[in-house]
This record gives sequence, structure tokens and C-alpha cells, in this order.
Amino acid sequence: MNNHIVKAYDDELKALHSLIRHMGELTFEQISKATQSIIECDAVLAREVIDRDHEINLLETKVDDLAIRILALRQPVASDLRTVVAALKISNQVERIADYATNIAKFALILKDMPLFPEVKGLSTLVQIPMRMIKDALKAFELSDLNLALQVWHMDREVDVLYQAYLHKIFSEMIEDPKNVGPCTQLLFAAKNIERIGDQSQNIAEAVYTMITGKPFKESDNVKNEPKI
Amino acid sequence: MTFKMDVKQLNLFYGDKQALFNVNLGLPALQTTALIGPSGCGKSSFLKCLNRMNDIVLQAHVEGQVLLDGQDIYAPSVDVVSLRTKVGMVFQKPNPFPRSIYENVAYGPRIHRLFKTKSELDQIVEKSLVRAGLWGEVKDRLPQPAMRLSGGQQQRLCIARAIAVNPEVILMDEPCSALDPIATAKVEELIDELREKFTIVIVTHNLQQAARVSQQTAFFHSGYLVEARETGALFTTPHDERTQGYITGRYG
Repeated sequence: MNNHIVKAYDDELKALHSLIRHMGELTFEQISKATQSIIECDAVLAREVIDRDHEINLLETKVDDLAIRILALRQPVASDLRTVVAALKISNQVERIADYATNIAKFALILKDMPLFPEVKGLSTLVQIPMRMIKDALKAFELSDLNLALQVWHMDREVDVLYQAYLHKIFSEMIEDPKNVGPCTQLLFAAKNIERIGDQSQNIAEAVYTMITGKPFKESDNVKNEPKI
Repeated sequence: MTFKMDVKQLNLFYGDKQALFNVNLGLPALQTTALIGPSGCGKSSFLKCLNRMNDIVLQAHVEGQVLLDGQDIYAPSVDVVSLRTKVGMVFQKPNPFPRSIYENVAYGPRIHRLFKTKSELDQIVEKSLVRAGLWGEVKDRLPQPAMRLSGGQQQRLCIARAIAVNPEVILMDEPCSALDPIATAKVEELIDELREKFTIVIVTHNLQQAARVSQQTAFFHSGYLVEARETGALFTTPHDERTQGYITGRYG
């Protein structure tokens, strides 16, 4: 697409993309470190994750401010309007994802005082797809890549399957030995937060879909048309 | 959808130069249609075709059909003066006659003999000024010269003058371009109210104004009608890349 006649308008839209990208990178790192902290019982790393959450909140505020400024000063229409609206939604969803990472780090602080539990390692498998989802969803936003957004949307199904399998395993451990109930409960909470990261990334994919097509995302239209990965 | 006016295969020539190419556009009844596009794209020329204002332009020549309630306004039997009472026009710059406020509005009804008694004429003047949202501001000074009114008031007076002859369609050629934001807001509010009784076509360079006042927007480019759609749809999801480029400021 051509550049705007007013260069400052292009600069502002680029800045908006750049802020979202930065938010995404930071959040990706937070999820990775939070999961590592819980698996390795690393309280220092968990606290680092909790302490850095405000940076992502601050970035969300910056996205809001810039988007509102663009709406007020540039009065965007068509694809520009859809980009600004998508940025507002996506920054909110990324901030929520960062909150989930913080929650996982908080469970790590609780788990560190409990006996080491082998199933904790299952979290590292469970988190792989949601991490890829958020990365790809934000890439789809940056590149206006509809196919990638749809791929992300369909990935959530795999997350749900893995989450159910993990729950089943944890419940079995709880039934086997009541002493496991304490740590297992924390793992269930952590797993739920990871599963929610997948859901929020799916929401980002839907926002990107609407941004590109101008149509609201309808599950019925897209559930059968899974794009090739 | 009922079209008050329906333009079919319209071509306009100024001498050898073609200004409009095969334009097809329906103007829905009791709705406002905004015509947008870069300077020289043909939107004002198109507007003038709707009440045969191009008749007075030397060497202007029209092909195709412009139907008003199904009747071609370019048919030989059509009386142009009568046509222009049905399809009124408001211009870019307020152009009141150098007469009183009252006489400006009474002028059209006098020419077309739309009343029998002075009292009936008074009623037409009052009703038109009320509809134009000006009555409250001028009712105590109707004999005063219209030129003493502010620019915004003068433009609303011109709208009152246009509606005094009971038109069915009102054409507006950039009616707010010479007005400040407050006067513009008043005219825009007026356009919205007038839509209850009249079909309106407005040419505007102000895209936000087109978005605010119209239900249908038509984008012209180089004499072609590129895209005409429901206004909300055109400004959020334009189909044509040229429309997208123009409304997002990427044209050029």
C-alpha cells in the first residue's frame, strides 16, 4: 500500500506497530521465564517476572494514548481505522497474556515451598503452542497476514487437547496420593493460565482477521477452512 | 430500494473533452448521497447534470439518462424551469439576493406563483425559515437586508430559499466550505433534518462531513464513478483500491 501524503501519519502508525511488537516480545519473554521459574523452582526468576509486569502495563497505556491521538488528530478511515482499532484490542489482549505469565510466576513462588513434583515438567510442553500462537498472531498483525492469523486461530484446538490430557494426568496423581493435592492444585492453576494464553492469542488472531477483511470473525465460516501450515 | 433519481450510462462532454464516463448511480429517496473525489474528478459536473445546470455551459453535451421518478429530465418535453423547482440547488458560497431576508425566501414562490394571498406567502416564508433552522434568529428582522446576516445564516437562508418552492431533491455544492465549524455543524444538522422531506445530494471535499451527513457515498475519479456504497461501509471497508487510497490520504 502507498504511503500517506502526510508522512507524520505513517510515522504514527509505524510507532503503533512498534509498540505492539515490543509488548509482544516482552510478553513472550515473560511467559518463557515464568514457565522456567515454575519448572526449576527459581524464585528469583519468578520475582523478576512479577516485577517486570508493570513494563507491559505501561506499554499498553502508551498504545492507548497513541491510538487515541491518531483517532483524534488523523480521523482514520478504512484500513487505517481498522488497524488502530485492532491495535487497541490487541494491546489489551497482550496485557492480559502478560498477567497470565505473572500468575504463573506467582504459582512458582508457592510451589517452591512444596516437594518437587515431576509433572511440573509437563508445563514446558503445554506452553509451547500458546507461545508460538502469540508470536505468530502478532506477526500476522504486523504483516497483515490473513493466512497466518487463521493458522493461529486453529492452533488453539491443539492447546485444548494438550490441556485436557495434562489435567487428566494431574487428576490421576491427586487420586493416587492425597499428598499430591497441594502441588497439583498449583499446577492446575498454572496450566489453566497457559491454556488462557492460547485463548487470548486466538482472540488476537480474530482481531487481525477483522482488521484485514473488515468483517467480524465468524467461527462457522472458518472452522472448516483450516489453512495449510 | 426506491431511487428518487436514477442516472444511467451518463456521459458528459465539454466540447471534445469528456468529463464523465458511463456513470450509473441511483439516488435513494429521502436519503443524502455524498459525492467525493479529488478536484477535477467530475463530481460537481455530475451534480450539475441532475438539474441540467450544464445546459447553460457552452458546448456542454450530455448522453445517457437522468431519471427523476422514472422520467428522463433530458427528454425534449421537459420544462427546465419547472425541473429546477423540483431539483433545487445550494451553492458553495452563500449567495443571497441583495434584498430583505423575507424577499429572498419569497422570491421563488412569487416566480412560480405558489400562493394566492399575502398570508399564504407569509406562511411559506415562515415554514421555509423554520425548516432551515433560521426562523428563531431572523423572525424579528425579516425586512432587514439579507446581506447583514452572518455567512452561516446566509447559507441557511439560501437553503430556506431553495426549499420555499417545495423541491423534491436538493443539490448542494460544497455548502459548508465557506463556513466556520459552528455554522457548518448547524448546516449539517439541518441536512439531517431535511432528509425527512427531501432527497439530498451533496458535493463535499470534507470526507468527515460526507461520513457524518450521508447515507450513501459515491467516489469519483477522473470522470469515472469508482464506487458508490452505504457510507459506513465505504469508509470502513472500501472495495476499490483507489477509494481506499483517497479516503485514507494515500492518494497522489
